[in-house]
Amino acid sequence: MKHVPDPNLPVELDGGRLRRDGVQCVLDPGDEFGVEAGLRLVEEHGGEVTLVSMGPPAAAEAIKRGLSMGAHRGLLISDDALAGADALATATVLAAALGGRDFDLIIAGVESTDGYTGTMPSTLAELLGLPQLTFATSLSVTGSSVRVDRQSPDGYQVVECPLPALVTVTAGVNEPRYPSFKGIMAAKKKPMEELALGDLAVELDVRQKVVQVTQAEERRAGQVVAADGDTAGRIADLLAEAKVI
Amino acid sequence: MAGVWVYAEVTSDGGVDTAALEILTKARTLGGELAAVALGPGASAAAGRLGEHGAATVYASDDEVFADYVAQPAAHALHHLVEKHAPELILFATNYDSRDIAGRLSAKTGSPLMSNATDLLGLDRARTAVAGGATLVDVALEGSPRLVLVRPKSFKAEPSGGAAELVPVDVDVPGELRLAKRVERHEAAASGPRLEDAGVVLAGGRGLGEAGNFKLLDELASLIPNAAVGATRAVVDAGWVPYAYQIGQTGKAVKPDVYIAAGISGATQHIVGMKGAKRVVAINKDDDAPIFQMADFGVVGDALKVLEQLIDEVRSRTGGAP
Ligand SMILES: Cc1cc2nc3c(=O)[nH]c(=O)nc-3n(C[C@H](O)[C@H](O)[C@H](O)COP(=O)(O)OP(=O)(O)OC[C@H]3O[C@@H](n4cnc5c(N)ncnc54)[C@H](O)[C@@H]3O)c2cc1C
Ligand SMILES: Nc1ncnc2c1ncn2[C@@H]1O[C@H](COP(=O)(O)O)[C@@H](O)[C@H]1O
Repeated sequence: MKHVPDPNLPVELDGGRLRRDGVQCVLDPGDEFGVEAGLRLVEEHGGEVTLVSMGPPAAAEAIKRGLSMGAHRGLLISDDALAGADALATATVLAAALGGRDFDLIIAGVESTDGYTGTMPSTLAELLGLPQLTFATSLSVTGSSVRVDRQSPDGYQVVECPLPALVTVTAGVNEPRYPSFKGIMAAKKKPMEELALGDLAVELDVRQKVVQVTQAEERRAGQVVAADGDTAGRIADLLAEAKVI
Repeated sequence: MAGVWVYAEVTSDGGVDTAALEILTKARTLGGELAAVALGPGASAAAGRLGEHGAATVYASDDEVFADYVAQPAAHALHHLVEKHAPELILFATNYDSRDIAGRLSAKTGSPLMSNATDLLGLDRARTAVAGGATLVDVALEGSPRLVLVRPKSFKAEPSGGAAELVPVDVDVPGELRLAKRVERHEAAASGPRLEDAGVVLAGGRGLGEAGNFKLLDELASLIPNAAVGATRAVVDAGWVPYAYQIGQTGKAVKPDVYIAAGISGATQHIVGMKGAKRVVAINKDDDAPIFQMADFGVVGDALKVLEQLIDEVRSRTGGAP
């Protein structure tokens, strides 16, 4: 899960990158679906939900939010050297932190709200040697296999694979719960593990860099009118001008 | 000789994903030897189309394994081809399967993968648009092969009339990569023009109030030739219309002659999917709605009322026939 600038606030850019410091951040709304999916599976089958995030120390807040929803423990990987990590670097660090641990399923969002590369999860799956079921609009586990409805451009496909596996969930897979007061209090006592880059055997080099930022030519606003008796006629005129009717 | 590859999704009847043809068209201008990779049933049959759009070579395998199992077999085969032929740049369309395959390949080759490219500036440079398209960010990529996911509709597909040499891909996909299996498909191509090809897009958002009101857009679409109905993610998530209707960052990119937004606020994630429209009409009851900033003609009012009047108006002008 990722801690991201609050998507309800206007975007601030800094040299082509999203400004993150001094900006109000929240648990990525897309990751709330993942937390909820994990909680439901554990309620049904037993086990524990561990929340994992790589990010600045403040990302602990995102993990706390998930803990107050009911997850069991947190793992935060934080290091100054990770600022600006791309999807491959993020996946490499997460794979190093998760490899060797015992888990059945990794759940992620389809894409993060701030970076929206959408590739971190499949890169992570490959590094861990796991199959991945992406774009899940529903998710169930039976015995030792996981099955999802996978969104596709013209409908959906049912895809299944054996555990352990990685799944990415879309908004719409469930309705995330709100943390209860009890949950918020309980979260304060839940275990939170913290790792730095030095604790992991990884080497990173950044091979994508922003070289130029320009402003696109903005589309200019045209005329805005209040609806009246002429409105439909004027829209129809525009359709006729465009030669589409 | 620098090699540029385009990974092309194909259908079992030899059809090629339009986005791959768009990318091939652009890739012709980058210099370097251009090849396409197509995996799964229909791949060999697709070589003709790929050649027409500029691929000098098409690496193809018709093996069912690529259609039956998600991502792992294709990433494995691509990696095999990369090791053998060492391309410098591999371009993918931002599609479901391609995104997963590119992500996995990035791990295998240790190469950087850039997402959401909207333009290709060279063999090691690509552009993406952020903040709803207002800011263009140019990214330099190092290493080889460099991997780039390109948004559909970034370029126009144009055949150049070439022919490709078909090179069969001979790669064994081990059992341990046959894991994520497609067991059912529930996919129906909608009737009428495809959203991404439509000349007129009638899109509805949460401001339409309820699912049933989409029938106004359907009715209007039935009166206009080559019109299709689209939607925002908010209403897709609410289950009003199928996901296939979604326009935007995680949905489809459309470039119609006319785009009508009814009850749509104009969030940046929606705008990136429709800002290529030639003319934009917006109907929203809030005169502050961001969509008005990019509309050629904005109407402040109730979308339902305006749509009803527009249906009557178009019907009376066209005599009711599309
Ligand atoms: C990672 C990520 C990816 C996303 N991808 C997409 C995407 O691909 N596509 C997409 O569309 N969104 C996407 N979104 C969601 C996006 O941010 C917005 O939430 C969404 O586009 C809003 O949809 P809307 O305009 O229908 O709803 P709202 O924002 O709720 O707007 C409804 C509008 O209707 C107006 N209205 C209300 N009643 C009436 C009436 N009677 N008549 C006229 N107007 C009325 C209101 O004034 C308002 O402006 C994404 C979000 C994230 C975080
Ligand atoms: N730094 C991170 N730490 C933990 N999870 C992440 C991180 N970045 C991305 N993810 C997960 O991967 C998904 C896709 O992210 P992205 O590839 O950045 O669009 C997100 O929705 C998260 O669930």
